Amino acid sequence: MTELSRDVIVINELGLHARSAAKIAEIARKANYNVWIIKDTKKVDASSILDILTLECAKGSKITLKIDDQSDLEILNNTVRQFETGFGELS
Amino acid sequence: MTDTGSREIVLTGIDASPGICIGKAYLVDIEGVDVVKKYFISEDDVQDEIKRFKSAVNKAKQQLLTIITNAPEELRDHTYILETHKVLLKDKMLYGKTIETIKNEKVNAEWALKKVVSDVKSMFKNMSDSYLKERATDIVYVSDHIMRNLVGAETKKIADIDKRVILVANDLSPAEASQINLERIKGFVTDRGGKASHTSIIARTLEIPAVMGLGNATNIIKNDDLIIIDGTVGTVIIHPTEETLLESGVRGAKYEELKAAITRDSHIQAETADGFQLKVMGNIELPEEVVSVIDYGGDGIGLYRTEFQYLSSPSLPNEYELFDKYKDVVEVIAPKPVTIRTLDINGDKAFSNNPDYVEANPALGLRAIRYCLKNPDVFRTQLRAILRAAAFGNVRILIPMISSYEEVIETKRILDEVADALDKEGTLFNRDVELGIMIEVPSAVIIADVLAGEVDFFSLGTNDLIQYSLAIDRGNRHVAHLYHSLHPAIIRMIKRVADVVRDKEIKLFMCGEMAADPINLPILLGLGIDELSMNPQSIPAVKSMIRALKVEDARAFMKDVFKQNTASGVEELVRGTFGSILSAKVYAR
Repeated sequence: MTELSRDVIVINELGLHARSAAKIAEIARKANYNVWIIKDTKKVDASSILDILTLECAKGSKITLKIDDQSDLEILNNTVRQFETGFGELS
Repeated sequence: MTDTGSREIVLTGIDASPGICIGKAYLVDIEGVDVVKKYFISEDDVQDEIKRFKSAVNKAKQQLLTIITNAPEELRDHTYILETHKVLLKDKMLYGKTIETIKNEKVNAEWALKKVVSDVKSMFKNMSDSYLKERATDIVYVSDHIMRNLVGAETKKIADIDKRVILVANDLSPAEASQINLERIKGFVTDRGGKASHTSIIARTLEIPAVMGLGNATNIIKNDDLIIIDGTVGTVIIHPTEETLLESGVRGAKYEELKAAITRDSHIQAETADGFQLKVMGNIELPEEVVSVIDYGGDGIGLYRTEFQYLSSPSLPNEYELFDKYKDVVEVIAPKPVTIRTLDINGDKAFSNNPDYVEANPALGLRAIRYCLKNPDVFRTQLRAILRAAAFGNVRILIPMISSYEEVIETKRILDEVADALDKEGTLFNRDVELGIMIEVPSAVIIADVLAGEVDFFSLGTNDLIQYSLAIDRGNRHVAHLYHSLHPAIIRMIKRVADVVRDKEIKLFMCGEMAADPINLPILLGLGIDELSMNPQSIPAVKSMIRALKVEDARAFMKDVFKQNTASGVEELVRGTFGSILSAKVYAR
């Protein structure tokens, strides 16, 4: 069974700010089931910008992305890619 | 029609976007949003009420889309905030919660939205991060938009204004500011907002004057009042006298003239009035910043900081990743030079998996070249990438934190080794690169004569040089005021290095902040620096200052500088001697 969660590090300068949160939310809204972002003990719905912002993720924060169902693997991978490329803000 | 009957009033706010304009005030206001009525709805009407809310949201989305599509070309890069607002419209904490509230409490959509927004707002206002605190504003912009659609209030039709006016508003959302038509709107003033707001960024992009954060301008200024806004200093003058009008007209024209001259001339080589050419380069950290160096007329990259790639990923970047980025930069700006500074971080601290690893004194610790020589594999990987990228343009290598002769020799040995290996493998590379060292540790200044024989250039890293020489941590507010670029000790150190450089016939660059401040230029010119590198935005002002100076005067001026005993004495002397040039140039920045 494939892993349903992935750890990522926030690399963009401003952290998870409105623009990057909007990108995550847009992707997560396409999922069949819930997509979660977990930081420390807090777990929020990735389809909500406002929820994501409440995590207050600064640059360098370590977070976990989690999906509830196999069918959303592509969504998970896509989200991880966004994190790894700094939400396209670096290129 | 000047309002001669009224007294001149001067309001002071935040200088959000520079420039001066004179014109008639045009007040735009938000109607019907402040007062929201609450009423209950019957079970049967719940679905209709939800439908009404949904269609207000959809309408807002359409309106935002239209604004994005119609935004002027120069604002394209800034419409992302509107894209974010678009996604926010359907955020479940706003959208979902409002629908839930209508359903559960059987209240009208306006009231439900108001309640939800005030909850979300207070949540953000309580956050510790100032950036996130500010996001409460975005939520208000978005909800106001929906609310106006719900109550059927007129939106501020900024796009429809058909007179040449100055906008006066309580607040302008980025969506509203994006509709500004440059042929109609000369500038704007707002009660709220600040320098870092998106609205002020938009004003600066459009290059129209703006003063924000005035508090109560909308209560004082009336429609058609004649006003002057000076975005350079952050003032708004209402009912100006004839005298003020004349004066502002002159200031405005002077500002425009200087701005035009700076933009026009920034791509031309900076040459002093007596024909001495000085290269003005840009400092960059990300490859993408090359574009602004080119835009601001930089003569090349004087400092490419390479730490970012090492810090941005959990593992060390490989040779290919490094090469790829370096090549991008080198190719874009070729044939102009790119000065690549090798890794300048405390590596063990940055890469160690042990978070408890702490150096008592990191500024004096295992960093920069010290780290690289202790970890030759990391160093080799970077040098290989640099030499390979050098095949695609004009590259120089700059070694940071050199404090001894042995470090230079060891660096050169590794560089030769790397070049030999590349040669044997048959990989495309260029060994013909200039090698230089940062002069930023006092010991390097003192043995500059010894070091000069081994390298092609010196680059003065003034930030660290000043910090190490004056023993001042700028981050420590108890001593930060003692940090002075024009400290007599610093000027003497630079002179010592400059003398060595002239004697040994190598080149002298400067890449610290000291190079970017026009006030330092007469001294830097007098001491004989060949090349200055700075943040790209400072390039035009520095170039324009150089053109106003003469090397001959600057050299003669140094005699007086060396008679000064204090940093403030030096600064007063510069202002006294070059004050007229400085005031004109600094003003234009």
